[in-house]
Amino acid sequence: MTGFIRGVFRFRRGPWEMLATILIALGVFMLMQPFMMWAYTYSFITTLVGTVMFIIVSHFPE
Amino acid sequence: MERVASATPSPIAHSVRGLSDRAIAWVFVAPTIFLLLAINIFPLIWTIQLSFTNYKANRIGREVKNVGLRNYERILTDTDIWLNMQATAHFLFWTIALQVLIGFALAWLINKKFKGNDLWTTIIVLPMMLSPAVVGNFWKFLYQPQIGLFNYIISFFTGVEPSSFQMLGQVNLAPWSIVIVDTWMWTPFVMLICLAGLRSIPDYIYEAAEIDRASKWRQFWTITVPMVMPFLMLAVLFRGIENFKMFDLVVQLTGGGPGSTTELTSINLKREAFEKWRTGYASAYAIILFVTVFGLASIYVKALNKVKER
Repeated sequence: MTGFIRGVFRFRRGPWEMLATILIALGVFMLMQPFMMWAYTYSFITTLVGTVMFIIVSHFPE
Repeated sequence: MERVASATPSPIAHSVRGLSDRAIAWVFVAPTIFLLLAINIFPLIWTIQLSFTNYKANRIGREVKNVGLRNYERILTDTDIWLNMQATAHFLFWTIALQVLIGFALAWLINKKFKGNDLWTTIIVLPMMLSPAVVGNFWKFLYQPQIGLFNYIISFFTGVEPSSFQMLGQVNLAPWSIVIVDTWMWTPFVMLICLAGLRSIPDYIYEAAEIDRASKWRQFWTITVPMVMPFLMLAVLFRGIENFKMFDLVVQLTGGGPGSTTELTSINLKREAFEKWRTGYASAYAIILFVTVFGLASIYVKALNKVKER
């Protein structure tokens, strides 16, 4: 866990890609879940942020 | 070498000699880049632009107004589209769960060496090679309540009247009918990926586990499952992306009905774009689906690289 946090602060690709992946997965879940309308409403922006973040952080050093 | 060089017509040779290696490389790559821009990038940028307008493709002379984010707002607060997303989620969840379970089980069996192994692999893989349109029509006949084989098989095992239920016509059964057909068609694909994973595990790991007296059950959970997991992830992501875009098979089978119980997002999008002709609105819808698939594809590529590293 400390390695992960250190990686985030040092802008390393691994932990940032993990964060972006979590955001994308969360966005897709929010888009398709049958429970909360507000989650559906904010799903697109979550996925979009995750996807843009993934493109940016994939250029970070290992 | 000199003879070949002298065979080149002098004006061409002269002009080529005048270009640097980098320039020649660009000359060769330029047509591909141009095609890529024309076929992929330009339509994408145009769709993004249209998604902020009230453009209708069937009314050419009509004034096109910029509506800002209103199309996105309407889609993301529309309960009908939310229901379509849920229908897609039901289809995605069950097809992936069934395909992974059955695909892995089949791969496990095929991986055991037995007589006729190759023949069985070929037979199992056959549905995957058929066209979705053919499969859709074929299963439509199988699901016929009067003459369809499917109802008779269910009747044989459960004792219910074959004509007492309609797989494609009943609201509670229609979503399952498309799940069954997609599972029938695409389980072999998951099986092939799992088989590749199982065959990549070296025998010496199992031999070492045997020496340590690990039970078969323990070997399965501590060796087989972790080593096949990246391949399974790949299969799940690939099928997830493909099924999120599912169109042809479902249109052939149910056309989105009864009502809108099997109206997946791609079918709904086609209706908005080419039946209601709300091009701007449909463009925003397409962009939402595109970003979702693009996000999933990014994870897919990452998983693929992990498998390659192994």
